Amino acid sequence: MEHPVTVENLTVAYHQKPVLREVEFSVPKGKLIGIVGPNGAGKSTLIKSILGLIPRASGEVQIFGKPYKQERRRIGYVPQRESVDWDFPTSALDVVLMGRYGHIGWFRRPSSKDKALAMSALEKVGMADYADRQISQLSGGQQQRVFLARALAQDAEIYFMDEPFVGVDAATEKAIIALLTELKHQGKTVLVVHHDLQTVTEYFDWVLLLNIRLIEFGPTEEVFTAENLQKTYGGRLSLLQESGNLSAFKA
Amino acid sequence: MSYELWVILTGALVASSCSFIGCWLILRRMAMLGDAISHTALPGIVIAFLISHSLDSWAMLIGAAVFGLLTTFLVQTLHQSGVQSDAAIGVTFTSLFAVGVVLVSVYARDVHIDLAHVLYGEIAYVPWNQLVVGGVELGPRAVWMVGGTFLLSLAVIGLLYKEFKITSFDPALAAALGLPVTLLHYILMTLVSMTTVSAFESVGAILVVAMLIVPGATAYLLTDRLGIMLGMSCIIGIVTAVIGYYAAVLLNASIAGAMTTTAGTLFLLAFLFSPSHGVVMKWRAKRRLAN
Repeated sequence: MEHPVTVENLTVAYHQKPVLREVEFSVPKGKLIGIVGPNGAGKSTLIKSILGLIPRASGEVQIFGKPYKQERRRIGYVPQRESVDWDFPTSALDVVLMGRYGHIGWFRRPSSKDKALAMSALEKVGMADYADRQISQLSGGQQQRVFLARALAQDAEIYFMDEPFVGVDAATEKAIIALLTELKHQGKTVLVVHHDLQTVTEYFDWVLLLNIRLIEFGPTEEVFTAENLQKTYGGRLSLLQESGNLSAFKA
Repeated sequence: MSYELWVILTGALVASSCSFIGCWLILRRMAMLGDAISHTALPGIVIAFLISHSLDSWAMLIGAAVFGLLTTFLVQTLHQSGVQSDAAIGVTFTSLFAVGVVLVSVYARDVHIDLAHVLYGEIAYVPWNQLVVGGVELGPRAVWMVGGTFLLSLAVIGLLYKEFKITSFDPALAAALGLPVTLLHYILMTLVSMTTVSAFESVGAILVVAMLIVPGATAYLLTDRLGIMLGMSCIIGIVTAVIGYYAAVLLNASIAGAMTTTAGTLFLLAFLFSPSHGVVMKWRAKRRLAN
């Protein structure tokens, strides 16, 4: 079977200290995958190094069996919401249009077709009425929806999303997960950095447990076990269990 | 054209070219890098003079552009090696500017560069320094220099508008899409260096810094659209130049000083009375809610 993403022997170091060490996995097609691990486990770093945004100390990444650079257009990316300046003088529609820039090419302006695609992406996330709104006037959940619409406008086959549920309201969280499920049904592959252990079994088909090293990667029901979580979170997990945060998770 | 009109035209060109490029510095949160580049142009100018033995404007433009890029490169390298970015800017530009000061003083007899001139400029002398081609006076050299670099900025940014926009707003996505984020950054910094040094001769480093930042910051308070912000900053720059000139005549004061003061006053007005971001409007909206 053709793998959308293959990572081999990936090591990333920051000031000589490894933040990811010898990570290897192959992602199956058409799955909704959660990347889970404690703070500082390298979850965002994993996504960024796959996308070539931070240098790798070693390792290979292949997208559909080819180097990343050749397959950029098949990838959609949703950075963390806080990573950009929401006071930037631009509208929601304009931000979504940026998702088309990879397709438009150098020097050219977005066409009316690009604008129509951006508009329909905004409709899919329920934000069509806010197209002309300055982005700082949107709530956190609305901003996240705009980011999601931008990824949809990229019209990709693999999506990487960095903490899309942080700081959003319950309605937005539900809307996002419905949309991700729809993408999955269209045969697209979605990787999501996620930190809420309670919703993992509900949201994701597959889970990647990460703590600098890859702990385990596989279908949620096989991999998301007490033993593996203990390996991933170490002593920090007992704190979570005591506070009842893990009531939803089956041992 | 009269003497007066040439001075105002020079001021307006300086103001609009600086504020146009300065908008991008503000949006990238690099306002202080503009400040740094406008100072590190000094050693570039001096070295260009020592190599070319002439006060030819184009040699200086190249010298300053090289040092502008060097500044950007040093700041980035220091920052990546763990120095805080504002400290990296501070260290780089004071050191390079000091090298310029030392060079000027060592070669003082050969270099006809006056430090006060570099800092404050003398826009009042601009009309007497004419560009002469084939015995025909074509207008002040400064107008050609500043106008030329302004056209270059407009052309480059016009062509790469969406690329500059996305690298300013979301560099991570831009890099993921395969855009050369670093190259675009250096292109922008080259434009900043060239704009700075061409404006330098007539208005001096301090007015250049003011014009890079203040009109753009004023426009930022008045609109929510990038395109409008760019256009508006140029208009504010031109208005600043005109008001500043007549204020200087009225008060018999320094022209560059009066223009900078005008820019600051316009910013203050926008800060207080902008319909969307102004302090007064926000205060009134709050009172209305409270009642």
